[in-house]
Amino acid sequence: MLKDITLGQYFPGDTIAHRLDPRTKILLTTLYIVALFSANGFVSYAVMIACLILSVRLANVPPRAMVRGLRPVLFIIVFTAVLNLFFTPGGREFFRWGFLTVTETGIKTALFMVLRIMLLIMGTFLMTYTTSPISLTDALESLLNGLKRFRVPVHELSMMMSIALRFIPTLIEETDKIMSAQKARGADLEGGNLMQRAKAMIPILVPLFVSAFRRADELATAMECRCYHGGEGRTRLHVLRYQRRDYNALAIGGVICVCVFVLGRLGW
Amino acid sequence: MSVMIEAENVRFTYPGAASPALDGVSVAIERGAFTVVLGHNGSGKSTFAKMCNAVLLPDEGSVSVEGMDTRNEELLLAIRQRVGMVFQNPDNQIVANVVEEDVAFAPENLGVPPDEIRRRVDASLHAVGMDEFVTHAPHLLSGGQKQRIAIAGVLAMRPDCIVLDEATAMLDPMGRREVLSTVRRLNREQGITVLLITHHMNEAEDADRVLVMDDGRIVMDGTPKEVFSRVEQLRDTGLTVPETVELLDRLCQDGMPMPLDALSVDECADAIANALARKG
Repeated sequence: MLKDITLGQYFPGDTIAHRLDPRTKILLTTLYIVALFSANGFVSYAVMIACLILSVRLANVPPRAMVRGLRPVLFIIVFTAVLNLFFTPGGREFFRWGFLTVTETGIKTALFMVLRIMLLIMGTFLMTYTTSPISLTDALESLLNGLKRFRVPVHELSMMMSIALRFIPTLIEETDKIMSAQKARGADLEGGNLMQRAKAMIPILVPLFVSAFRRADELATAMECRCYHGGEGRTRLHVLRYQRRDYNALAIGGVICVCVFVLGRLGW
Repeated sequence: MSVMIEAENVRFTYPGAASPALDGVSVAIERGAFTVVLGHNGSGKSTFAKMCNAVLLPDEGSVSVEGMDTRNEELLLAIRQRVGMVFQNPDNQIVANVVEEDVAFAPENLGVPPDEIRRRVDASLHAVGMDEFVTHAPHLLSGGQKQRIAIAGVLAMRPDCIVLDEATAMLDPMGRREVLSTVRRLNREQGITVLLITHHMNEAEDADRVLVMDDGRIVMDGTPKEVFSRVEQLRDTGLTVPETVELLDRLCQDGMPMPLDALSVDECADAIANALARKG
């Protein structure tokens, strides 16, 4: 059951969206977010929606998967919609009940806010759908490389991230084993109220942590034995290189971002 | 034959431990040899293995790899590049999410250029017979396969010697066979010195040399035939002898003179057949 957890929910594929350099995808996503927050009217939102639909098409990700990504934030979306709908004054008033009002501005703000959250989530999900967690880590290391000058431990952070990713399946497997072992000793993991269930987690977490520390120790020795001595003088098997398609994609993304920014300023 | 690893009167006590883990170990491991170190738990065999590439440093005495003293910190990378180490738990020594990335880890650390890394990764995976798993996720492989990946990861450093610290202890018989035959082939075909630490007697059968450790000392040293025929002494150190030798020894005790150096099943069967023929 724990095995069902997928991380980064990467959909392997060989589309243009998959082939783009992961750094390009991070930059494009950043541009997309900037554009999204400067969108301010029906026209600019329409452009954003068109961009997203086009990218999803290009990435060949099933639309169902995009919608599924929204499920965890459903509560936030509904909450935002309700708040904006009933508590925004201004414009023509359609409805009033006590302190709750529904106004023209309210409807518009609610609609835009909901759209913005949905587009934000779906856009970033599209990036993780088309990029494996490992290439994302590599891309981040490469993009943040300049920060090394300010003594930000970029290499160390990215190494930690990729090791964390590497050990997720191993630790999940181990958790499963410990749970079975504790169940075999008569532990009741499912029954009882919230407090009891939280308490039932302790005999799972303690051995899990102990073993994680032991693993970390062994892994550190194994890494040292393979001549690991930090990021200095390190080369890579796969070197990230921008291709022509990356420059094109960035140029198109940049132009759209500027357009949406201008449209937003104009209130369209 | 030149000397690969030389230990001279090595003493070592773990911090807080009452008795020393190594109590005066002196041994020279020859280049190109397949050496097996046997011993029960706590005999110091794993500690000795960790001395071989400066994971642990001796309190007294010295260890040198191809003439380089392991206590010299400037030589640390050079020593570790020459002596690769494979550990017991396959899960705790695989660093990356993809097989090829993991094998590339050591050459990446050594600053090898990308195309050369590619060549080394492919050659190493080929040497351990895992070519087809280049882009697989390591956690989905079997134990034996994971250990072979770990061996490939070490091979990519182009080492002269591989130390396997109980690398077969957590594997099923199939995985153990896979790993052993891989290591034997590397020893024979590429002339890589192998130091295999184990407590499985039968893994020592076709070694060039067997060292038996007990209480932090080397108590026996010789060819497998020499060592295993000293049945009583092996039992005293808490080790069981291989089943074939066990059988021959019992026959001896029951009044049927037998040679005790027939290690493989075939040799053992021949020895018994000969003895029966002699008896008429």
